[in-house]
Amino acid sequence: MRVQISIDKVRGPFVRQVEEISGQGLLDCNQCGKCSAGCPVVAAMDLLPSQVIRMAQLGMEEVLESNTIWICASCLTCVTRCPKGVDLPRLMEALRQISLRQGVAELDLGALPPELTKEVPQLAIVGGFRKYIK
Amino acid sequence: MSRIGVFICHCGINIAGTVDVERVAEEIGQHPQVAYATTYSYMCSDPGQQLVRESIAEYDLDGVVVAACSPAMHEATFRRAVAAAGLNPYRCEIANIREQCSWVHEHEPGRATQKAVETTRTCVEKVAWDEALEPFHLSVIKRALVIGGGIAGMQAALDVANAGFPVVLVEREGRLGGKMAALSGTYLNFSAAPGLLERKVEQVLDHPHIEVLAGAQVTEVEGYVGNFAVRVSALADPLEVGAIVVATGWDPYPLSRLPEYGGSELADVVDGLTFEGMLQEGRAGLGRPSDGRTPREVVFIQCAGSRDPERGVPYCSKVCCMVVAKQAIMFKEYVPEGQAYVFYIDIRSAGKGYDEYVQRAMEDHDILYLRGKVSKVFRGRDQVIVWGVDTLSGQPVEVAADLVVLATPMLPSRQAVTLGQTLRAAVDQSGFFSEAHPKLRPVESLTAGVFLAGVAQGPKDIPETVSQASGAAAKVLQMFSQEVLIQEPTVACVIEQFCSACGACVEACPYGARAIHPLWHIATVNAALCQSCGACVTACPNKACQIHNWTPKQILTMADVLVGV
Ligand SMILES: Cc1cc2nc3c(=O)[nH]c(=O)nc-3n(C[C@H](O)[C@H](O)[C@H](O)COP(=O)(O)OP(=O)(O)OC[C@H]3O[C@@H](n4cnc5c(N)ncnc54)[C@H](O)[C@@H]3O)c2cc1C
Ligand code: SF4
Ligand code: SF4
Ligand code: SF4
Ligand code: SF4
Ligand code: SF4
Repeated sequence: MRVQISIDKVRGPFVRQVEEISGQGLLDCNQCGKCSAGCPVVAAMDLLPSQVIRMAQLGMEEVLESNTIWICASCLTCVTRCPKGVDLPRLMEALRQISLRQGVAELDLGALPPELTKEVPQLAIVGGFRKYIK
Repeated sequence: MSRIGVFICHCGINIAGTVDVERVAEEIGQHPQVAYATTYSYMCSDPGQQLVRESIAEYDLDGVVVAACSPAMHEATFRRAVAAAGLNPYRCEIANIREQCSWVHEHEPGRATQKAVETTRTCVEKVAWDEALEPFHLSVIKRALVIGGGIAGMQAALDVANAGFPVVLVEREGRLGGKMAALSGTYLNFSAAPGLLERKVEQVLDHPHIEVLAGAQVTEVEGYVGNFAVRVSALADPLEVGAIVVATGWDPYPLSRLPEYGGSELADVVDGLTFEGMLQEGRAGLGRPSDGRTPREVVFIQCAGSRDPERGVPYCSKVCCMVVAKQAIMFKEYVPEGQAYVFYIDIRSAGKGYDEYVQRAMEDHDILYLRGKVSKVFRGRDQVIVWGVDTLSGQPVEVAADLVVLATPMLPSRQAVTLGQTLRAAVDQSGFFSEAHPKLRPVESLTAGVFLAGVAQGPKDIPETVSQASGAAAKVLQMFSQEVLIQEPTVACVIEQFCSACGACVEACPYGARAIHPLWHIATVNAALCQSCGACVTACPNKACQIHNWTPKQILTMADVLVGV
């Protein structure tokens, strides 16, 4: 499918929301790719970090379906190296929040195997409940 | 029998580390024409040159061979030294035993030494037949012709005229200014451009030393450096000038050559120059050509026709990445509610403050750059549909645009090729005038006395055009500051008793240096035009053509040494 590009998308509500929550100007990123080159967990991601910001620039909400935004460990490697001063983990956090608010990634406690609930840090489970605060 | 001195240089260990220079001296010393052979550590040093000078007197030498580095390095040095000792400088030759011997045969010292001996011997044989020549002196007409009245031509004319020399400026259109007059403004300092141009035009028109011939064309050029006779359509008599600056600039790329982008078929697909005209009027000028409506979504397509050796031109037009950033920014200033998209292959914004400007277009003006060449543009309902790709996200994309602006290449002036023939100045395969050397002589053409400025030589923007124009003017002034021009005498000549006036050489000469004399019925050479290329020598069926000090006799004797006869 051809991605439709228009002012309603590239300057639309999704882009505005991402920019507002993350505090980042999406078009500050000139797609140099340095973030993706140095990300320590990039191997586990389905989209490169730079592709995540690219899709956000284009107003493609599908980016919320990417596992990258969840795999990002907020290690700040990319922030310290980005030539344009883009804070990518803040962007990732913004995308996670939007995704939670949309209920995209709901946590079903009952579906978790009991062995897992024992091992998983409590903080993670509490974090998972943020879905209820929309 | 000549008395030739051979001076073999060690060049420190550069030569002597590989070549056994003493053996070269010993072997070459046995040549019947060699009266003296010696070596020295650095022959180009003062004591080295002194050795050469003193030996000329001491051994009564009548010719000199210096076996050393490439003649490009020190031929002039040694010819000066020889002249200072009273010998004709053209009886001094350089045998290259460094670049073409010791440096390339480092691992075979024995054979390198043998090659050094042979190379030096070829030069001994040549010097034995070298004539004592005198350089020519040409007078200089201290008036310049500038062809083209764009920013390049005006700048060159002003620089020469401000130094006090008369200039004739020939412009094919009825007015001065060239393409800059059609621009909305320039990037970096937008509003300044039109005012700047107007002031320049006034300065040119008011200048007491500049004569402007507008609506005129150069039709014929005769003569040579320092002494050209130029026919201009507007004048009855030929103009006599000493130097010519070519500043014929560029012409637009026909939109019809871009059918896949709807070029010349869709009204709302325009080229960059047309969009400049629209921007000149501000928001009011931005109405779409089809219906006058102010466009909201504008797509810019970079490299439209450039960097496309298959279907367009192979070169990068150099200015359009910056021009597009400027146009997109200006569009956003006039239509803040609009959105601009730029499709690009890569962004070429080299230059002081240039990349910062492009980054600002993205950051401050929300212009969306999409990496990928557009494949086609076609008619939509009320819009034009742009099909491209964003290779960064790997997505094919579609934009329904109100207006599409194509950054098409600058083509050389449509008259460049014919003008090049008239001036006997070479143009490259794209039609831009060829510079004499791509690095070291970028403002001179290959024809002595013809200089280049601006886009006539290749795509460039206004600051670079102005720099090159001032450079060309400096070259003209350098010529005009001399009373006479010195011309190398190693040019072609005619052995009159062999010449049958067949005219083969006249046909062959690429520089128009040869003619058949109407009365004597014999070929003649205009020494000022001859570039010693040798074409006439091979063309002549009667062996009546020769180049001074490069005669067939000399070349064949040199070859005999190498094949061991
Ligand atoms: C869309 C567009 C926008 C641009 N915007 C900018 C910008 O913002 N900033 C910038 O720095 N550069 C810009 N440029 C580049 C700029 O136009 C050139 O750098 C500049 O025009 C070069 O000047 P010139 O004198 O070499 O050539 P020209 O401006 O083309 O002038 C050549 C002159 O020679 C005349 N001529 C041609 N052939 C003959 C002949 N045979 N006999 C007599 N006269 C002849 C022509 O009529 C013309 O007057 C832009 C280019 C384009 C395509
Ligand atoms: S390093 Fe910064 S500018 Fe480069 S792609 Fe990543 S976010 Fe964009
Ligand atoms: S902050 Fe996230 S995206 Fe950036 S390098 Fe670390 S893990 Fe990768
Ligand atoms: S300057 Fe930019 S737009 Fe123009 S041809 Fe070169 S790369 Fe393409
Ligand atoms: S080609 Fe030779 S013979 Fe013929 S005109 Fe020229 S010099 Fe004379
Ligand atoms: S050497 Fe070349 S330039 Fe000189 S007269 Fe012969 S053909 Fe012409």
